[in-house]
Amino acid sequence: MLAFLIQRVLQAIFVMFVVALISFSLFHYVGDPVLNMLGQEATEADRAALRAQLGLDQPVVVQFWQFVINAAQFEFGISYRSARSVSDLILERLPATLELAIISAIFAVVMGIVLGIYTAIQRGSWLSKFIMTASLIGVSLPTFLIGILLIYLFAVELGWLPAFGRGQVVDLGWWNTGLLTASGLRSLILPAITLGLFQLTLIMRLVRAEMLEVLRTDYIKFARARGLSKRVVNLRHALKNTLIPVITIIGLQLGTIIAFAIITETVFQWPGVGALFITAVRFVDVPVMAAYLMMIALVFVVINLVVDLLYYAVDPRLRVQGGGK
Amino acid sequence: MNQDVKTTDTVPVAPPPPSRLRTFLASDIVYSWQRQPVVIIATLVTLTMFAGALFAPWIAPQNPFDPRQLELIDAFTPPLTTSDFTGNFYLLGSDSQGRDVFSAILYGSRISLLVGFAAVLFALALGTALGLMAGFRGGWRDALIMRIADVQLTFPSILMALLIFGVIRGFLPRSMHAEVAIIVLIVAIGLSDWVQYARAVRGATMVEKGKEYVQAARVIGLPDHRILFQHILPNVMRPVLVIGTIGLALAIIAEATLSFLGVGMPATQPSLGTLIRVGQDYMFSGEWWILLFPGVALLLLALSVNLLGDWLRDVLNPKLR
Amino acid sequence: MSSTPSSGEHNAAAVAGHEPGAAGQKPVLSVRQLRVEFPTRHATLVALDDISFDIAPGEVLGVVGESGAGKSMIGNAVIQLLEPPGHIAGGEVHLSGRRIDDLAEEDFVPLRGRHIGMIFQDPLTSLNPLFSIGDQLIETLRTHLPIGEKQARERALALLTEVGIPAPETRLDSYPHQFSGGMRQRVVIALALAAEPELIIADEPTTALDVSVQAQILALLKRVCAERGAAVMLVTHDMGVIAETADRVAVMYAGRLIEIGPVNEVIRHPQHPYTVGLMASIPGLAKRRERLYQIEGAMPRLAAIPTGCAFNPRCPHAAERCRTERPELLPVGGSRAACWLHDPENPLPRRDTLDTRQGEPALDSPGETAR
Repeated sequence: MLAFLIQRVLQAIFVMFVVALISFSLFHYVGDPVLNMLGQEATEADRAALRAQLGLDQPVVVQFWQFVINAAQFEFGISYRSARSVSDLILERLPATLELAIISAIFAVVMGIVLGIYTAIQRGSWLSKFIMTASLIGVSLPTFLIGILLIYLFAVELGWLPAFGRGQVVDLGWWNTGLLTASGLRSLILPAITLGLFQLTLIMRLVRAEMLEVLRTDYIKFARARGLSKRVVNLRHALKNTLIPVITIIGLQLGTIIAFAIITETVFQWPGVGALFITAVRFVDVPVMAAYLMMIALVFVVINLVVDLLYYAVDPRLRVQGGGK
Repeated sequence: MNQDVKTTDTVPVAPPPPSRLRTFLASDIVYSWQRQPVVIIATLVTLTMFAGALFAPWIAPQNPFDPRQLELIDAFTPPLTTSDFTGNFYLLGSDSQGRDVFSAILYGSRISLLVGFAAVLFALALGTALGLMAGFRGGWRDALIMRIADVQLTFPSILMALLIFGVIRGFLPRSMHAEVAIIVLIVAIGLSDWVQYARAVRGATMVEKGKEYVQAARVIGLPDHRILFQHILPNVMRPVLVIGTIGLALAIIAEATLSFLGVGMPATQPSLGTLIRVGQDYMFSGEWWILLFPGVALLLLALSVNLLGDWLRDVLNPKLR
Repeated sequence: MSSTPSSGEHNAAAVAGHEPGAAGQKPVLSVRQLRVEFPTRHATLVALDDISFDIAPGEVLGVVGESGAGKSMIGNAVIQLLEPPGHIAGGEVHLSGRRIDDLAEEDFVPLRGRHIGMIFQDPLTSLNPLFSIGDQLIETLRTHLPIGEKQARERALALLTEVGIPAPETRLDSYPHQFSGGMRQRVVIALALAAEPELIIADEPTTALDVSVQAQILALLKRVCAERGAAVMLVTHDMGVIAETADRVAVMYAGRLIEIGPVNEVIRHPQHPYTVGLMASIPGLAKRRERLYQIEGAMPRLAAIPTGCAFNPRCPHAAERCRTERPELLPVGGSRAACWLHDPENPLPRRDTLDTRQGEPALDSPGETAR
């Protein structure tokens, strides 16, 4: 078991290494950082000075090592576009993205599991069939189109919810939150649904398929033969067995939510990291791109590791390996 | 109806010559197609949109890419209206530049479909080549390719496409950005999507490699490239085509998304995604048609291509379901 | 001669299914003209057709047949766990005199485990891998009995001891994968018996186990059921298991019950030509033959059951009547068999020498009748 975890950690480190290499190559080969930072008018001496200051006169390997060390301290230099520290830019926008992502994730996971269970247990009902058809449409549509549709319906036509922005935000010093004001919460609804909808349909379809599989097993039949009520069989026995394989996918989907936040943030003009990244791509702002890439990679790697650990904690077959006779 | 099933089922019992096998396959697909009204509708919608995109220059009242054909004075004409100034009829209205929305949609879906097809072909070719190499040669090539695939699979493909797009743009001088946008898009989407082809082909290649006919071909001394292209490649194409059918819908959506985000097609050469991005600004000011019609067009295109892809996958390879 | 339950005796043909219990008590389970159908796209398959039998308290009824003969289907129908679209399409099932086949699902749930226990073939897959066996036992006990967690735990320990799990207090919190197959089947038996049901349906309980463990499990099953006076329906394809364990045996063929009687009677004097062939084909039971007998042909698929007697295409004695008219269970010797050979008024003449008492069956003749 330990060997498995070590292998996973090594794999995570490998992924981070590759991503760091890509980010570093971006820095090193895309455009000229000195030119970008000083502009065309700087003198040759200024450039040489900055080059030395940034360590760009060092061998590539040394530069890469320095890059990794800096990245580990969350230090990515200055944005070409706004001339501000990249880490500051990201940190002040991170709460908006995380709040949106977490609320969407909760929405997607809770609704996905509930609807998945419902459509598996009530397989023949018209409501299940309707949900399944709707989910097919949901999977086929681009996220931004769903967002625009929601804005059009609930903000423009009905006027119930704000169409863009984050509403009123409370600054807690180290964190600014929209969760404490009514306008903040109202502003969160449409983006959260937009961002969560795709993952919701995926999770729902997965839970449904897995649950149908589990409901066919002998131990479910035996549980029924023992006289356990339908509720206990479905929600205690079948659900637990369903959720184990589902955990993996759900975990990976959470990472996807943060990545997809880019689109939702653009649609709703949400002041998050994703919107920052899009601007960076548009203007080839390499430090911001590199920082975002490293950050997302870290999120994915951590989620992967946590999923592995969770899996291990939930399934007794893994936990007590070799404990049997 | 049931009897039809029986007759098609019993055909393979007697060994048919290859041409009849092909007709049998075709009839099976046709049969499944006829039974699903949703698939029929999806096919009709897809064909209509393909035709509209293909024959856009002949159907569209104006060329929306040619600034000289735009009548600025007709800006914001509502749908189904004949302009008082120029006498032009705007079926789906016009936008802020006096661009006919109907024409823009026709030309826009032309770009969307072009990018979609090209990106899928690119991903398919790259993935198949790398998958063949990994599966057939094995060793360090296999290890390297599959490691890269693993790392790339860690990230959603839209994020990969964004990054690749950003990197390529970084290497190109700023003045070229608009001109080569379409090629950059194709490469970015294609590069973000090769992994699943490579994995499928690698698996299938390794299976084929172990089979006796390949061993026999090696024993009689056929060169590797002939074994690869004449024997293995035809046998691994089926899963690739199945993935490709779904991939087309995904590529179309990816293109629309990138263009919507403002990192795809420029406003001078709008695809459906660009049109929607531009139209979004007019959502609040009452010119709803500028957003609505491109949105509906993309919705219909994405949905019907997706449905067709799903259906083709099920027909071609029920096991993948 | 007592005892079909008096309730719904409007069906006159029930006489054919009239079956004396072992000691003349009121039967625990009484099945009358049970019919199970599987509607499919092409046709409705009749998986069980006109099945009638009784099981007396404490009695072990063996049910044998080839795979596909419908033997497992009987148990699943009685406990109403048929796989959809399978469903009971006719007949009646009575448990201790109470009609149960027409109960709605929610009314049936309390019967399972409490009045009817069931044991499945594969102990490896019968237990939920994510719950400790203690969890599963306590959950079952508390579903059926008004007892607390602590009492339930004590009873669970007692049950495990009874089914021969060593050091049960240390095993209660173990998970199924920590047990061997035989041990798991013991746990399954404990679970099935937890609420002391009066009927146990054991569906191939030893098939998935090592031969060395099979006898132990059978002995255990027989002992614990006998101690509780529970009736057992033992479904198996293994005549050896039947011979060792059952009091009476019912032989299934193509969804029909073709012979039923005391075990010794059926083994020594099989009456239905199929049973005759079946007994002759079993190594342990066939008395020192040069080679084992083989019944020509194969059991028909449910979609293609011939008219008349389902066995007629393979039967050496088959006559015109067998192809048109379906025989009911007719009394013969100590048992009853569904064969026109035993028609009291107009017995069909035997066509050849296929008879266990007369030696080697003629292998060439059945072919003719089949064509």
